[in-house]
This record gives sequence, structure tokens and C-alpha cells, in this order.
Amino acid sequence: MKRLPWIVAALAAVWMLSALRSPKDATFAYHEFGRLPVVFNGRLQPVDSFARNTLLQIRNKQAMRDAKEKRTLSATEWAVEVMMNPGVANTRKTFRIDHPDLKGQLKLAMDADERLGEDGKHYSWNQIFESWQVVQEQSEKAPKDASTHSAYDRAVLKLRDSMGLYAMLQATLQPPNTTNFLAELSAYQASIPTGANALRDRLAGRPFDTNALIAVLDYCQRYMPLSSMRAPLIIPPHHPELARDQWMKLGDALFEPGIQPRLLRQLMGQESLSDTEYRDLITQAGAGKLHPAVTEYARMTEAYRSGNVAEFNQLVAAWTRELTGTFATEMSKTAREQAYNGFEPFMKTMTLYAIAFLFAAAFWFSFSEWTRQTALWLIVLAFVVHTAAILTRMGLEGRPPVTNLYSSAIFIGWGAVGLGLLLERIWRNAIGLAVAGVIGFTTLIVAHNLALGGDTLEMMQAVLDTNFWLATHVVIVTLGYAATYVAGILAVLYVVLGLFTRVLDSAMAKGLTRMVYGILCFATLASFVGTVLGGVWADQSWGRFWGWDPKENGALIIVLWNALILHVRWGGMVKERGLHLLAIVGNIVTSWSWFGTNMLGIGLHSYGFMSAAFWWLLAFATSQILLLLAGWIVPQTKWTSFRKGAA
Amino acid sequence: MVALMLRRAFSFISSLRLTVVLLALSIALVFFGTLGQVSDGLYEAQTRYFKSWVTTWQPSAGSWFHLPLPGGYLLGTSLLVNLLAAHWKRFKFAWKKSGILLTHVGVILLLVGQLATDMFAVESYLRLTEGETKFFSESHRENELVVIDVTDPMKDLVFSFPESRLAQGGELSHPGLPFGIRIKQYSSNSDLQLRGPQSGGEPQAPSGIATRFTFTPEAPTATMDGRNIPFALVEVVQSNAPTAQAWMVTPYASDEALRLELERKSFTPKLGPELAASLVATLAKPQSFDVQARTYHIALRPTRYYTPYSLHLLSFKHDKYIGTEKPKDFRSRVRLTDAAAGGPREIDIYMNNPLRYAGLTYFQASFDEVDPRARATVLQVVKNPSWLTPYFGCVIVGAGMLIQFLIHLVGFIARKAGGAAPSPAATAAIA
Repeated sequence: MKRLPWIVAALAAVWMLSALRSPKDATFAYHEFGRLPVVFNGRLQPVDSFARNTLLQIRNKQAMRDAKEKRTLSATEWAVEVMMNPGVANTRKTFRIDHPDLKGQLKLAMDADERLGEDGKHYSWNQIFESWQVVQEQSEKAPKDASTHSAYDRAVLKLRDSMGLYAMLQATLQPPNTTNFLAELSAYQASIPTGANALRDRLAGRPFDTNALIAVLDYCQRYMPLSSMRAPLIIPPHHPELARDQWMKLGDALFEPGIQPRLLRQLMGQESLSDTEYRDLITQAGAGKLHPAVTEYARMTEAYRSGNVAEFNQLVAAWTRELTGTFATEMSKTAREQAYNGFEPFMKTMTLYAIAFLFAAAFWFSFSEWTRQTALWLIVLAFVVHTAAILTRMGLEGRPPVTNLYSSAIFIGWGAVGLGLLLERIWRNAIGLAVAGVIGFTTLIVAHNLALGGDTLEMMQAVLDTNFWLATHVVIVTLGYAATYVAGILAVLYVVLGLFTRVLDSAMAKGLTRMVYGILCFATLASFVGTVLGGVWADQSWGRFWGWDPKENGALIIVLWNALILHVRWGGMVKERGLHLLAIVGNIVTSWSWFGTNMLGIGLHSYGFMSAAFWWLLAFATSQILLLLAGWIVPQTKWTSFRKGAA
Repeated sequence: MVALMLRRAFSFISSLRLTVVLLALSIALVFFGTLGQVSDGLYEAQTRYFKSWVTTWQPSAGSWFHLPLPGGYLLGTSLLVNLLAAHWKRFKFAWKKSGILLTHVGVILLLVGQLATDMFAVESYLRLTEGETKFFSESHRENELVVIDVTDPMKDLVFSFPESRLAQGGELSHPGLPFGIRIKQYSSNSDLQLRGPQSGGEPQAPSGIATRFTFTPEAPTATMDGRNIPFALVEVVQSNAPTAQAWMVTPYASDEALRLELERKSFTPKLGPELAASLVATLAKPQSFDVQARTYHIALRPTRYYTPYSLHLLSFKHDKYIGTEKPKDFRSRVRLTDAAAGGPREIDIYMNNPLRYAGLTYFQASFDEVDPRARATVLQVVKNPSWLTPYFGCVIVGAGMLIQFLIHLVGFIARKAGGAAPSPAATAAIA
């Protein structure tokens, strides 16, 4: 029994470490391709991240299970197929559609039907793309104000965005409806010199080669949509030594050697260029060079489409080497980010926290030290990984730990687990471990759901772009949230264990009370200092220390609530039970500040309206109120733990 | 009897129970004040809940349900009185309580500082297009009716009447003016329609912008960024008799941002860019008239705060993250010229890096979103003599709490070290 905790912890560690090995590509070098850099959402990232976030938004998953082939495609494999072999990709059931009215509107199978290969939830591009008009029309009917959207409106808007993303992915490496882009590229390049000369002749009023002009304009016409649509920037800058972040999308790169879109628009009367600009563009036509990356990717595309594994892998390897030469720092960043993605650290720590909580709870009922030890080592292991993952994110972003709602969830979890471990170090009664397990698990679940919104390493709005205040105000106020939750969950344990079990003896009750009091003191300090630093930041940014913004008010309520509990306690107005009941309210207050204020859809901090989260918030608040009422109405002498004969 | 009542009253206002009640009410006020922002807008809700003595909360505008609440002023003052009284009554210096004392001193400073900010702080904005120079900032919400004597080409003589005075109606006069101004119509918000040959009826005023546009009153807006655009129809009167001079005045005349928005959002889609631009330009034309051989301009414009120095926008830079519309950085390079303080100097104002000068602070607030090509910057201008109080207050409260909790912690650890640790074995033994 004595060695058991070590064995369990060692097994967990092995399980963790095994995920660090990078997967070997069995056929096509998807993993290696996934490391290639692309700029999307304003930041440089590996194709792997881009693919995962895109799939996440289209399908709510980071990988794709193909029911027909009975295998799971990685996000990169899926994305490569959409980009390079849409003929096959378009038949895969990629899009998740749940709303029955929307399925009806698009004439899709309502229920699972094995004979037809339908699961009633996922549909292929080929099944829906002809309904694009319908989706567009329906989404335009949705009201402007997001807070009044019905479930149907949300489903339609989501599908519209998903289809947009998918179309964008299709046009990342080649124009839509291409059979052999490599061949097309050489034909296009061959048409440019004669075409450009024909254009110049024509504009100068000289006789010109009509066929040559039509040939090149035909290509321009075809590539025009690519230059105006939003797309990932996958073509590296020409001169990284001059401008490192001038990445291009395919649509822009295609026009470099030929006739500029602005000139074309001018010829069509859609643009008004100045005379010098106009003359320059005419002179430049046909003078530029096609970026070699365009051809490289076209080669890969052709190899992939024709199923030539060896050639594809060789091309990817060569391109990787080429990029590593010029973009060493970028390539090392994408490698790290890809490893981080593949490791899925928070999924793993989440599991460990849940298991650790069960061991901690087992300790109270059996009082076997080994269960507590097991819980302890599992939490320590999870905490180490949790910390390392946060540090990795910080390294990738070049930012302090909390930059958006997602990272705040992860950091609140981290802070709470840290406090839990601290409590455990002092009391050694598994209470701190249980709290660490509960909050660690819950906050990571919350984070997991927040991640469905897309890229969690997104860039910061200009107003937030200051590492100093992110590192001080945001970190401290988030620790204040974490501490208030720890106090609240300790209080929940007090009520639940007291009401329903015989575990809560007087020593444990006293210990819990001390913990709640101590943590509340820390929470008051952290939330006050954090809130005030936010005021100082606001004063530095726009000269208003306090603006009564919803998020500020939420933080102020936490400070006031904690201060109230402390005053009530010092005044002797409540005893042990009262303190715990008040601390439970802290859970509601903190959740309101953390999420509720964002749901109002107003103010400077409203970075996202989350209607689904609203119901969860309401459910959580209700559960806390029920606990509070139960603990308040049932006299303590009737609690299972305090009944005569108990303990 | 009176003494007893006084003693009771004092013990009530210095009691910890009162503190707790006040804290609870503060929480309720902040909560409902936040909810109130959804329907009232930030500015309105601030005035209604936090800058008031008593207030009520309604679930939605026009609802029958009114939840009475004490306002921010009442709660702030009560907390201050309660705190002072409590310390007066129970004050006895002890090192053990030094943290609490310090915390409360800081809280007092914060409360007083917030009150002072409320009373003395003035916020305005400065909108500059590249190459433009201004020696005044303008109010976000308040307007003034100005009559400017422009007869002397070297200097203007400005007579200003606040908008609140317009709302009262009646007649405006000033000893320096040889005429009075009668307010025929005023509205705090308005809408405008084009006036064409087919519109029929008389224009609202015989000359000026009224010949092109008709203004109708609108309900004031509640949204956070929404802006009220007032109008006033005024008549020049001499010895109590109306003259032929009547004018429609609106802030469009002096506010380029307003005009741009009108042009781009309302007129361009209907009339095309050129006609829209020329029509909107007429709104900016000075409306002038002559009385006793002197020439006057009349206008309704955002209230101006003049400064003895000028700011000139050299350049405005607005960067976005590559491939997105997300703003990355915006900054204004300005030249400050103060005759009293020597030669001009050039300063960069950007996010989190304001310019503090002569009691005013200039913050990079936004830019011209209506017309990014105009390269116009918007600076928030704040005059707040008590801006430092929260800094001191916070440091003091933070230090006070830290000291107090360290005292608790040290005591607790000392006790624990004394052998009271409920280790599992001990717990089991007790059980």
C-alpha cells in the first residue's frame, strides 16, 4: 500500500510523457506539413494550429472521425485534403449541423440512416454547397443584435461562417475548381510577357495581339476573387531581412508577376488611380517574379492529388529545410506550438484533477493515508504540467499568462490548485487536494468549451497591448477570482460533508473555517489590489480611474463582498456556519464578475456574448443558492455530521 | 433624554452593523447599476445610480416595477461618516491593529478622491486632422450657442450661452451685444431631412441651412456611443421686435466628424458621393448677419475649453495586425506650441502613453472610423486635479491589508508551530 501512490503517479507521468513523442507519419508527411508556418488571425502559426482551429469551428472537434472509412483524420490531414484534393474532401461529412429546422431548410437527412451513410449530424460540402444562397439569405434575416438571436439564427450564422472558412481553406493553395494547378501555373506564367506587351500596345493605341491579351486576362479574371477574399497568408515574404511579417496570400502572390488587380480595376472603371500610379502599373506589368513558394506548394498539391507519397514527402522535407534556412525563429516557434497542440496538456491535467479528487474524497471515508498520498502526487504532477503548459503558452505569445477569457479560466484553475496545495501542506487532511481537484477540473472544462470559439493564442486589441498591465492588473485580479473560488468551494465542502456525511468532525470543521477565513483575507487583498491596478491602468490609458464599466463593477462587487464577510466575522455577527454560507455566495459573485458581466454585451470588456454559457452560469448560481438554503434552513444539530451519535 | 438619544444615534452611526448594511447596499447598487447600463447606456446609468442620492432600478424602461436604492453619493457619504465615527469611538492605537487603521485611511482617501474627481474633473476631446492646429478641446456632450463678432479681422469676440440655457427657452442677451436672441424652438436631439423644391411649406428659417434641410425633434439616445445632435431655431430681436434674421443652428457646422458620418452613412448611399459631399458641406457654411455695421456669426457647437497653448497634428499612424482589421497600434505625433514656455516641442501620444501638460492630460482615444483616409486622431482630454488620490489611496489600502494579514499569518503560523497541527493522525484520534 505504501508504494501505491508512487506507482499511480509514475503511471500517470508515463502516460503524459508518451504523448510528447511526435507522431510518425505512416504515409503522407502530415505531421511535417503541419509544422509549416502560415499567418492567420494576425499571427504566425503552424498549419497544425490553423487546421485545428478551423476544424473546431466547423465541427466542434480538433480531429475528424470518418465513419465510412472507420478512421480518424488529424486536423492537418483534413486540411491538406481540403486544400489539395477537394474532390475527395468535399465528400467527407465535415460540417456539423444540429438544428432540425436548418436541416429541413437545406433538405438534409434528419436522422441517422446507415444505408445512406448518414449519421444525422454531419454533412459534406457537396451536400450543402448548393444551398449557399439559402444559408446566405437566412443569415441576413437574423437580427443585428446578437443577444436576441434564436437557436436557429445562431445555427444559420455558424453554418455561414463554417462554409466561409471551408471555402477559404479550399482557396489557400489553388483556385477553386482546378485540376492540375502546377500545369496551370506554367501556362499562366508563359502567357504573361506577351499578354503584358499586348496590353501596353493596346493602351498606347498600337496594334496588339488580341489572343495574347485575352489569354492573360482570362487568368487574371480567374484569380481576381482570390485577391479580394480573406485567406491565410501562406507565402513567405520576399525579403525577410527587410520586412519579416510581410506574408502574402496566394491571391496576392499570383498577381505579382502579371497585371496588378488595381490596374485591372482601373481598366474596368472601378478604381481611380493617379496618372503616375497608372503609368507605373502599366510599366510594371509582367516585370515581377512569381514567388517560388507558389510553385513549391503547387508541386506538393499535384503530388498529393496523384497519390504520390514519396514525392509529396520529399517536397515537404525540402521546403521545410528551405524555410528553416531563412525563417529559423519562425520555424522553431511553429515546431513548439505544434508540439504543444499535440500534447493537449489541459485535456490531460483535467483528467488527473478529476481522478485526484476521487482519491482525496476516498481519504475522508476510509482515512487511508495512501489515498491522500495518491491524490497529492497526482495533483502535484498535474500542477507541474499545468504550469509548464502556461509557460509554453506565454512563450508562444510573448505575453503574461492571461490575455483572454480562455487563458483566464486556465489561470484561475492554476491559482486555485496552487492555493489548494498550500492548504494541504498546512493541514494534510485532503481538503486542499479536493478543492484543487474540483476547481482544476471545472475551470479546465470551462476553458475547453471556451476554446470552441477558435484561436486561443489570438492577438491583443491595441488598447490591451501592454505587457506591464497584463502582468500586474490582470494576473492579480485573476488570482483574486481564484482565491474567492477556493474559499467558496471550501465552504461548499463544509456544507455538503456536514449535511450528508459523517466526515465533518469538529476538528475538520474548525480547520475548514480557518482555511476559509485565511483564503478570504488573501482574496480581499488580491481582488482589491488587482481591481485598483485596473483603475490605474484605465487612468493611464484614458484618464479615468473609475468608469463604472461592467467588468470593473464586477471586480468591485467581489472586493465589497469579501470586505463584507470580513466585517461580519470581525463583528461577531456570524459564527462558523454563517461564514461558510456567506463564502458560498462568493462563488456566485465571482462567476458573475467573470462571465456574467461579459454577457451583458456592453462596455469595454465585453469580448464575446455567450448565450450557451448563460444557462450554465444560471445553473451554477442556482445550485449554490440551493446549497446555501439547505445549509441555512436545516439546523446544524440535524446535519448528519452533527447528529448525536455521529463522530 | 436628548443625551441618551444622541448617544444611541452615535452608537448607531459608528456601528459595525451599519458598515455591513452599507456594504451590502453598495453591492446591490453596483449590481443594479451595471444591469441598468443595458437599457440606459453607460453615461445615463452613471448619473442615475452612482452620481445620485436616491434612485430606483427598473427591469426595463417603462416597467411598472421600481426597486428603490440608495444612490452612490448617499452610500459613499454614509460609509465615510460610519468609518470616521467608528474610528472616533473605538480609536486606540495598537500595533496589532495598525494594518486595519492604515487600510481605513486609504479607503477614506479613495472615497474623498472619487468625490473630488466627480466634482472637479472635466473630460473633453480634441479631434485633429493631419496638419490641423487647435488651441481648444471640445465637450463630448455639452453644446453652446455662440455669437461671434467677426468684424475685426485680427480678433474674434465670442459670446457663449450654454445649451442648458437654450432648453429654458425665452430670450438671451448680453451687454456686449446690440441685440437679443429669442429661442423659437429647441430639441436635445434631432433628425434631419433634405428639403427639396417639392417639400412645400415654408423653410424653418428664411436663410442658411434651413433652406436646404428640415430638422425634426427626436427622443434623446441611450446607447453608449450614440450621440445627441441638438438643434435650436433662434431669432434675432432688437428692442423687443423680431428682425428678419432667424437661424437654424446645429453642431453639424463645427463638427467635421458628425458631417462625415452623415455624408457617408445617410447621403452617399442615396445621392452618390459628389452630391452628398456638396450638400453636407453647406452645413458647415458660417451663418452670418449684420447689425449696426458689425458682422456676426451664429452657431451651436460643442462647448469649447480653450488652452493658452496650441496642439498641431503632424502625423497619425494606425497599424493593424497583418491580414486582419484588428487594430495593433495607433499614435499621434503632435507639436505643442506654448508662447509662455519657450519653443515648440514634438511629442508622440499613443495607447498607455499620454501627454500631461499644464494640468491637462491628452490620451490617444480613437481615430476617425468614418473616414480612415482623413487621418484624423481623437484625443481624450482630461482635467482632474485629484488624479493622484487613488494612487495614494490604493497604495495605503494595499499596504494596510498586507500588514494586517501578515500579522494574522505570523500569529497563525506561530500557533501552528506550537503543535496544534491537525495531522491525519490527530484528526483520527479526535474522531
